[in-house]
Amino acid sequence: MSTTTTASPNEAKLWGGGKSPFNSEYGKVMMWYFLMSDAFTFGAFLISYGTVRFSTNGWPNSNEVFRSFPFAPEGVHAPLVFVSIMTFILIISSVTMVLAVHAGKNMDKQGVVRNMILTIIGGLAFLSCQAWEWNHLHSEGAWWGMNPFLNADGTASSTNFTNFFFTITGFHGFHVFSGVVINIIMLIMTLMNKFEQRGHYLMIEKAGLYWHFVDLVWVFVFTIFYLL
Amino acid sequence: MSHSHTDQEAHNAEAMSEIKKVTIILSVFTIIELILGFWMISMTSMALKLAIKGTIVILMMAKAFYIVAYFMHLKHEVKNLIMTIVVPLMLFVWFIGAFLWDGNSFRNLRNDYNPYFKEQATIKVEKKEEEHGAAKHEVIETKHETVETKKETTKPEPAPYY
Repeated sequence: MSTTTTASPNEAKLWGGGKSPFNSEYGKVMMWYFLMSDAFTFGAFLISYGTVRFSTNGWPNSNEVFRSFPFAPEGVHAPLVFVSIMTFILIISSVTMVLAVHAGKNMDKQGVVRNMILTIIGGLAFLSCQAWEWNHLHSEGAWWGMNPFLNADGTASSTNFTNFFFTITGFHGFHVFSGVVINIIMLIMTLMNKFEQRGHYLMIEKAGLYWHFVDLVWVFVFTIFYLL
Repeated sequence: MSHSHTDQEAHNAEAMSEIKKVTIILSVFTIIELILGFWMISMTSMALKLAIKGTIVILMMAKAFYIVAYFMHLKHEVKNLIMTIVVPLMLFVWFIGAFLWDGNSFRNLRNDYNPYFKEQATIKVEKKEEEHGAAKHEVIETKHETVETKKETTKPEPAPYY
């Protein structure tokens, strides 16, 4: 750790005032801190799910619960298929968001507009998939306080499973929804040349951080609920 | 600004190739996770299942790293900024370990000292496959009740379920 042992002249200058020691804009640093706190909120949810699951003898098998697919014929079960499509939608929309941020750094308005539109479409597609899945589960009798699914070993289950599922995916879906709203606002501001006038596209970067965080949380929610 | 035109272009190409690389890595990891998930469906060996779950968790952490480091650009930030974000997240190590341990211990305690809780995990409930919707829900509900009333005849005071 030779780089951190002593306060090098560089470091002294960094904290000597007159410039940003984090070499980052205020709003971006604050967005990072907000996302950190949000990570703790999601972490608390997911860890409480894990705690309750560990403290219970039986648990429903996710491959039996999440096995439906839109327009699938009756009796056809496809575990993991629908959720993998949702996952890829979110990954792709995250990539288009990176491309929008990248275009913003080059002051390329056309690129920002194109990629923001693609990101918004991806977000709406994800929300539609989630709405379909919630609606389908509800039609099967699953909701907060109602669990029609038995444990994997055939014993009676508690409502913990559905309570956690709807709370956590609902909280994540709410984040996706607010992310889409933020992205739409950013798109409108781009189209109104707001960022061209400011001379920078830092707002796109901040919206991008939020959007990637939504994708990041889905990585955990998807793995924990559907795979483990 | 101080960059020359060609410098800027080289930087752009580098950034684009990084985005491409991370996209491919994320997709490949997700596909591996899904393959493991499909493989796990028809698996009976608990030890192998546990090993696969461990692998999936490692892949999940790797995906999280790539998203945060490259898509959220944290890797290219100043070291002090990285530390102010990553160090507080170390709390999760304690958080996850302590709470899962606690949940596990709670289950063991209840299995040892709460016969009702333990018995619940052995009573099978028949599941009607063909009906769906509210009907299916009710079938299970009534089964629930019969199980509970049967319990009451043998044991006057059933302990709470949780």
